[in-house]
Amino acid sequence: MSTTEIERQWTTRLRHRVAAKLPPEKLLPDTQPTYVSSWIYVFGVTTLAALVVVIATGCLLAIRGPQWWHESDIGHFVNSLHLWSVEIFFFAMVIHLWGKFFMAAWRGGRALTWMTGVVTFVVSILTAFTGYVSQTNFDSQWISTQAKDGINATGGGAFFNVLNLGQMLMWHIVLLPIGAVALTVLHVLLVRVKGVVPPFASTNEVES
Amino acid sequence: MTKKAFRPDVDAPRWTGGHTPYDIAKEGTIALLVVAILTIALATVFGSPDVPAVTIKRWSNTTPVDFAMTALSELSATSGSALYGAPYNHNAVGQQLGPLQLAKWVGVRIPINAVNDFVINPLESLPNQGALATDLQQWKQASTSQRNGWIADYTKAAAHLSFKSGNVVVTAANAGPVPVLINDLTQMARSGALDQNLVSHSGFYTTDYTLPLLFIADGSYLANLADLQHLKGTQWGMMNETGSYPGQAWLWLYTFWYQVPPFSQSGNADVLVWGFMMALTALLLLIPFIPGLRSIPRWSRVYRLIWSEHYRGLQPASGQGTRPSADRPATSRATGDITRPEA
Repeated sequence: MSTTEIERQWTTRLRHRVAAKLPPEKLLPDTQPTYVSSWIYVFGVTTLAALVVVIATGCLLAIRGPQWWHESDIGHFVNSLHLWSVEIFFFAMVIHLWGKFFMAAWRGGRALTWMTGVVTFVVSILTAFTGYVSQTNFDSQWISTQAKDGINATGGGAFFNVLNLGQMLMWHIVLLPIGAVALTVLHVLLVRVKGVVPPFASTNEVES
Repeated sequence: MTKKAFRPDVDAPRWTGGHTPYDIAKEGTIALLVVAILTIALATVFGSPDVPAVTIKRWSNTTPVDFAMTALSELSATSGSALYGAPYNHNAVGQQLGPLQLAKWVGVRIPINAVNDFVINPLESLPNQGALATDLQQWKQASTSQRNGWIADYTKAAAHLSFKSGNVVVTAANAGPVPVLINDLTQMARSGALDQNLVSHSGFYTTDYTLPLLFIADGSYLANLADLQHLKGTQWGMMNETGSYPGQAWLWLYTFWYQVPPFSQSGNADVLVWGFMMALTALLLLIPFIPGLRSIPRWSRVYRLIWSEHYRGLQPASGQGTRPSADRPATSRATGDITRPEA
């Protein structure tokens, strides 16, 4: 096989494109611009850390099935871990979001980074909601019977039946987590590709 | 080379200043440990709520009159579920967003006939029916007007409905088979058989609780329990959970609109709030492209608090000129300043 032929391969081209967009020193940087020194930056990594704990505790709950946590003290404790990691996740995520808003973090070609973050937030809300209606207790009964009216009013209830435990549980533990994790990975990669947005400072012109 | 004007809310200035060591792997590991420890601490101290689910058996044993009245509303097709409209039936137009009848247009995708699904079919599933079989046959063979006459008579008498010695007591001489149907359904519910019947209609294995949840929600028992737990819609209920737990606090804005006019006074509140929240979400998503909105961060100057250390570093020594700002860029590279825009 000639060198030219190898260079034309899809795999070779893909590797070159990935390496050009995201070289190792960008993917895992060992330095940061000096302006990246504020308490607000803690909340991005805290959100990621909480997501890891949310998924880990969710996997533990999945091992023994949806009824386990009602019948076992250990199961109930794992459910408590899952609940509180979700609370930390949203707390950190909301502060991260507002922090990025006030930094106008979409500047410098970072609009897609902002948008993936917003969509991740929305998908996370859906994921948490489906978790709440999958608890198989009084809370899930009340929340689902109330929420059905909102979703039904949009026409969405015909396809997304919040009273159907099996459907909600599948969305909660398969479809939505896949979406949330994929969006998070994309979001983080975009942050690494474009770097952390610099502080405001006006200049007269920008080169194109 | 062409040049275009620098747009402060769109373009980012190129960083030509200094860099500091940054151990991303170490930071991530520490964050994970801290979050894990915090999670364990919160779970240990506060735990999580787990109020057992309401069953139809419990409901009908605790408040049999409420159950019997709900059963009557299902048989008379006047319950919330019976008159819901799409996606369950065609008995209401449903909520509208202006001229848009979204639910109606999507149609009936989860068909529910309150009379048959909640009353007649469960009763027919009972073994050794005896007199009940005769009453069911009478109901099924009756005309609509005949059924309505029985229902009207029973409903009138139901103002004095009571539950004594394990039976629903109503004095309604011209109610045909209705007294037997309501009483037997109540007995079925109190035995726990109705719980199982409503989930097993589609076969042995099931995970669909649409029917029993709708039936329970048609009664007052569930709502009264929710009221005691401060979970009702007027109590910002959607975002709460039982006990003193934070619940879905992130739904505060969604729940907020239900508390204020015009949403709180509208019969289309659900679809209006959903539509409004979708619009707000779209705005949040598209902020980078919306002039004015995307300038709020610069106007608010909160960024100076966030990057306070950076801006302090840009301050010149006393007597060496004016303080740099977003409107007056600094020029000193030694302080980690920004001099050129990013392309």
